[in-house]
Amino acid sequence: MRISTLFYTIKQGIVNIFRNKWFSLASVATISACLFLFGLLYTILANLQHMIWSAEEGVSVTAFFEDGVTDEQMQQVGEKIRARSEVVRADFISDDQAWSEWAPDNIGEDYAEIYAENPFEGMDNYEIYMDDISQQAELVAWLESLPEIRVVKYSDLAATTLTGVNAIIAYVSLGIILVLLAVSVFLISNTVVIGISVRKEEIEIMKYIGATDFFVRSPFVIEGILIGLIGSCIPLAVIYVLYIEVMDYVLLEFPALNSLLQFLTAEEVYRILLPVSLGIGAGIGFIGSFVTVRRHLRV
Amino acid sequence: MGLFHKKKRKKRETNDAIMLEKVSKSYSKGTPALDGVSLTVKKGEFVFIVGDSGSGKSTLIKLLLRELTPTGGRVVVFGQDVGHLRHRQVPKFRRNLGIVFQDFRLLNDRNVFENVAFAQRIVLTPAKEIRKNVSSALAVVGLAGKYKAKTSQLSGGEQQRVALARALVNNPPILLADEPTGNLDPKNSWEIMQLLDRINRERGTTILVVTHNREIVNAMQKRVITMRKGVIISDEEKGGYIDED
Repeated sequence: MRISTLFYTIKQGIVNIFRNKWFSLASVATISACLFLFGLLYTILANLQHMIWSAEEGVSVTAFFEDGVTDEQMQQVGEKIRARSEVVRADFISDDQAWSEWAPDNIGEDYAEIYAENPFEGMDNYEIYMDDISQQAELVAWLESLPEIRVVKYSDLAATTLTGVNAIIAYVSLGIILVLLAVSVFLISNTVVIGISVRKEEIEIMKYIGATDFFVRSPFVIEGILIGLIGSCIPLAVIYVLYIEVMDYVLLEFPALNSLLQFLTAEEVYRILLPVSLGIGAGIGFIGSFVTVRRHLRV
Repeated sequence: MGLFHKKKRKKRETNDAIMLEKVSKSYSKGTPALDGVSLTVKKGEFVFIVGDSGSGKSTLIKLLLRELTPTGGRVVVFGQDVGHLRHRQVPKFRRNLGIVFQDFRLLNDRNVFENVAFAQRIVLTPAKEIRKNVSSALAVVGLAGKYKAKTSQLSGGEQQRVALARALVNNPPILLADEPTGNLDPKNSWEIMQLLDRINRERGTTILVVTHNREIVNAMQKRVITMRKGVIISDEEKGGYIDED
């Protein structure tokens, strides 16, 4: 393709948007509406998921050692634990450290005078944190199989609840996103069909003169992609402003929430939402125009 | 490679612009639109195709444009069997044909220059040449001064001239005109026909005109092929319009 033809094609794509301004507006509005709903839902669900992950990170499994296990053996077990893929962190807590951290808060600063001996003696342990709480049962079973480990303490309820909520969020997100995308494609392809049917004659003329399918299709495809991109930028901008405003309001009005719930920053949300929305917008515009023009190319 | 050159040479050597060999076209099980039509049009000829509605004229044009493929026989244009062209070969083939329609078929949201330049862009002509070629094509049809005008501001005759300039700008060896005067008054009809005659004489373009216009056909004294119910009933060198009855 000549450079001048490439520029001509791009120019025609842009000119077409203004030439058919009502169709373009309708398409942009449809894509914007669909992607606004998509973006809004994604933002809510991403935050929910983030809260769940934050909660998961706080859940730990504690493994206590058998009597007579040496420091060296404990260190070796620690290395084995850290080598597992689901383990993010494993903190060794000696019995002395456990006592000195627990006692002042629960007994008083004079705990050493009251208890000459460490009541926690022999309770050396590892506090293990995972990145995926659903793998807790597997980790616990493995820990219990180790001869050096006497007992493993964990909260089954926390793990199953968090895993369940996480799964529900994932399924609901997937379902809603798929339905929204299907509706978007349907609405947008209808809009494109109407827009291109109006220009059926133009396509026919091009074909009679000897234009290749590529030449006929290119301006329509560029037009589709541009409409898709414009249509996705509008909701992205609106949601960005809205998100910052809502977050400011919530954190100012309900400061207690800040310590309880971990919200994502707008930048964190947009790290995924921005490319995905732009990709969906451009993709829908591309597919919609490509498929619809194809119907009219058999002249 | 050798075969390719041989074929290419064969295409150039032929003196026939268009050749139809026992061409039939049926749309359904009813009467065929064309029934075993054979004809040859030499390079540089000017031919009228006349006949009433349903005689098969439009089907003939559609077969030549490769909008349709024959159900029987062969349609050959410059040695190329049109019926066997693949879909992706059709655009290049059509660039050999200039086409003028009864309803002009201009892009109404573009001006005169853009409508003609459009045909040049399709064949990937460099931008500098487009300006030169479009000006020259518009000069041929007498519209050099109206290149900026919107097509909606032009009269029917002028719109048909723009369509003619668009058909000519790529210098096609064949020009097909499907009822080019069907929407024009007698004066404009004559002017368009005189233009076609001049293009035929001066450029050697093979011209096929499908028409109902009895006065023009009788006055021009060109070859006239008359069709009725899908067959050729007359083919005269300097013929006239044959009435149905």
